[in-house]
Order: sequence, then structure tokens, then C-alpha cells
Amino acid sequence: MEQLHAFLRDHATADLLPWPAQTAAAQRFGTPLALVEEAALGLGLLPARYQRNRQAITVDQQLTLFQSRVAVIGCGGLGGYVIEELARLGVGTIIAIDPDVFEEHNLNRQLLSSPANLGQAKVAAAAARVAEINPAVTLVPIQASYAPDNGGELLRDARLVVDALDSIPTRLALAQTCAELEVPLVHGAIGGWYGQVTTQFPGDDTIQRLYSRWVEGKGVEQHLGNPSFTPALVASVEVAEACKILLGLGKTLRHRKLFINLLDMEFEEVKFVRHLVPVDE
Amino acid sequence: MHITVKLFATFRVGRFAAQAREYPEGTRIADVVRDLHIREAEIGTIMLNNRHAEPDQQLNDGDNLSIFPLVGGG
Repeated sequence: MEQLHAFLRDHATADLLPWPAQTAAAQRFGTPLALVEEAALGLGLLPARYQRNRQAITVDQQLTLFQSRVAVIGCGGLGGYVIEELARLGVGTIIAIDPDVFEEHNLNRQLLSSPANLGQAKVAAAAARVAEINPAVTLVPIQASYAPDNGGELLRDARLVVDALDSIPTRLALAQTCAELEVPLVHGAIGGWYGQVTTQFPGDDTIQRLYSRWVEGKGVEQHLGNPSFTPALVASVEVAEACKILLGLGKTLRHRKLFINLLDMEFEEVKFVRHLVPVDE
Repeated sequence: MHITVKLFATFRVGRFAAQAREYPEGTRIADVVRDLHIREAEIGTIMLNNRHAEPDQQLNDGDNLSIFPLVGGG
């Protein structure tokens, strides 16, 4: 470890560690790139790939992100962008959960899909993409459906869960699992030109209230489909929320729902006040 | 009493985006929803004066009511 630290210090330019030095260290010491990255950040050296993060995120915060484990439930429209942005942000471990393979109707919007990988598992494409764009990040691909009975196992050790699902009842179940595991949940949903985002901490019930009148089936997406720009935007808002929660920064959408209407370019905020406990008379 | 009703996304189709409407005293949110022929099961969020609300709440003169459909895609 001492030798690795000395190597990293010797090969840093000011406090930036260039990518060739990071890969050379991994090779020379037979260490995974992830461990090199963690060691560098621990020494106060910023892998140079993150230098444009720096006005927003300090080296210490970059280390916190790298040591974070985030689960993304769904690797379709929202999930593809969420995974891309988490990986580029430098979140160290991403658990990607989705049972599906890519189909042709995914190509209009799902970032990880291409004509060449139709028929391939979405989580396998996610792993390949992350290995390509940020090899220091570990993506754990789980080709399975999230369900209440496996949720505890799938989400174990996650610091945070990002909802990129396409089903209302599964979302409600996920909210329940996250409450039981005491993990924050960032919710996003899309349909046509419209989308919504909120953040739920253990003990909150915003998501349950968003869908309290749901009986069966889907929302507006059933008839409106999903164009390319809505998932990209909603996923970006979700990742901004995730980043703030992991770092304890700023003000999240807790107890607030952001409703996005891209057709008329309107952004509406709905406040969810906590339920007041009735006083016995 | 005057109620300003705003509809969102698909609820605007064949209706309106925002309209000042007249309702009798004692009108509840559910009455407005019925008046507009919106199925309650299609509603995601109801917002009364910028805060989340439930259909059984009574309206007051000057209230702003917003109705959003369910959105569930990913």
C-alpha cells in the first residue's frame, strides 16, 4: 500500500491523477482500478477524469461518492440514463436490476440499447457500458425482477435506491421495501411529454400518496408512449437528487413532487405536508 | 364561489389548461372532478393552493385547484 501511495503521489500532476497513471498503478501493483481510485482519493488526489466535477464536488466528496453503493431498479428509459450519469459522476458501486432484454421498441429512447444488442439483457449492456466509460466503477448486474420477496436481498447494503421502474404496483412495493430497509428512495416516472420526481426518506409516504387512487394498469404512458427527451431529463433530476442525498448537500424534493410538462414547458411543484396526528377529544 | 381549476397533461385534452369556474358553497374537490368527467382512478395528484389534497376536501372561494393524471412509465 505504501508503494502504491508513493507511486500515485509521484505520478500526480499537482493534485490530479491522470488516467494513464491510474491504469499503470493498477497494472504495476496488480490492483483493481477501483482500489487505485479509492487510494488516490484517500490521498487527496483527484482522478483527472473528475476535474470538471470539482467546482461542485470536493475531493473528499468524490471519495464519499466512490464509496457509495446505489441500486437502480429498472434499466430501460430512465435507468439507462441514471446508470450513465451515476457512473460518470463517480459513484463506486451501482447495482443494476432488470429482468428484460432489449427490444426494437426500446431504441427510440433507451440509452443502453442499439440495433447490435437487441435480444441482449439490459443489465449486461449496462455492465458493458460502465466498463467502457468508467472502468473504476463496479456495476453489479442482476437480471431479475425486483419483487417484495427478493427486495431485501437485492437491495442489501444499498445506501440509496433509484426508481426507474415502469410499473405502478411494483413502485409501491419498492417504496415499502425501502421503508423496511430504511433506505432513501428517489422516485421518477414518465409518460409522453410528462414526468415527475420526488424523494422519499424512511417514514415518508409521498409515493404512496402519489398513487393512492391507482386501481390497475398504467398511467398516461399507456397512450402517450415515451419519447427520447423525457427520460433523459427525469433521469437527470433523479441523479441530482441522488448526488445530494449521498453528499448531504442542498435541498432535495423530499415532501415535494416536481411535475414536468415539456409540451407547454411548465414545471409545477406540489407540496406534501406531513399527516398530522389527530388529537383525541 | 370562484375556483381556479388547472388541469395537467392529458386532462387538458377536450377540456382546458386553466379556467376560473363557479361552484356553489360546500363544493368538494370530488364534485369538481365529477363535473369535469374525470375518472378518479386516473388521477395521480390533486393540489389545492400548492399543497397536496384529497378528494373529500371542501373548497373555499378563491381556491386554486390543480389535477394531475397518473404517470407511471420508466
